[in-house]
Amino acid sequence: MKLAVQVNEGPYQHQATDSAYHFTKAALEKGHEVFRVFFYHDGVLNGTRLTTPPQDDRNIVNRWVELGEKYDLDLVLCVAAAQRRGLVDDGEAERNGKDATNIAPRFRISGLGQLIEAAIQSDRLVVFGD
Amino acid sequence: MSEVKKFMYLNRRAPYGTIYAWESLEVILIGAAFDQEVSLMCMDDGVYQLVKGSDTSESDMKNFMPTFRTLGDYGVRHMYVDKDSLEARGLTQDDLIEVAWEDYETEEEVDNIVEIVDADQVAKLMAESEVVFS
Repeated sequence: MKLAVQVNEGPYQHQATDSAYHFTKAALEKGHEVFRVFFYHDGVLNGTRLTTPPQDDRNIVNRWVELGEKYDLDLVLCVAAAQRRGLVDDGEAERNGKDATNIAPRFRISGLGQLIEAAIQSDRLVVFGD
Repeated sequence: MSEVKKFMYLNRRAPYGTIYAWESLEVILIGAAFDQEVSLMCMDDGVYQLVKGSDTSESDMKNFMPTFRTLGDYGVRHMYVDKDSLEARGLTQDDLIEVAWEDYETEEEVDNIVEIVDADQVAKLMAESEVVFS
């Protein structure tokens, strides 16, 4: 089955991001295709490489990065949500005159159209959040 | 992309207090460009998103109610409101905005696409939807 995954909550604050990760990982291991993981609302905070959790805790951001590398996953942060919350890649830094970037590897920033497209192209859109 | 799917946008949050309602509205506006078959479902505190007469002038928040009134122009064909949610909050259809819809090709017009539906209809409409955004 071809799946699209949407993550609506930030890491550590809310279980949604953990559930989304475990769901995505399990689906890929079972041989399903994940067309895209789209991060919206505070979900975009899953994509900052500056996250530093305590050493005895899971590293949610690195977990996504590793999954992305292993399966060539498309990890997309919504641009409008990212701008509000200070998630920046090279392009955004250039456009908005910011002095730093913080996006994690494997993630990219793009528009809401990517969410709509993923919903159309996939057999299921699976949303994680309240 | 020629495929047309039945989209439902499910709004369950109050319009202010969290950003969910505003950012969910942004999805509907962007989604309009994809020409899908679109309905909106308001339930729980989401019914407050359609209450008319809101005034945000002293809260430093952008009032996005005028945008809701234009959703008919953004490809939204039905705006459903869950009856139980509405009644539990002491509201009636008179408290809600009216949203007009027009098909510019066929010139079909509907004065108000805001419609109250009961729990059985909510379940049926959700089951019929191919994609539910929440």
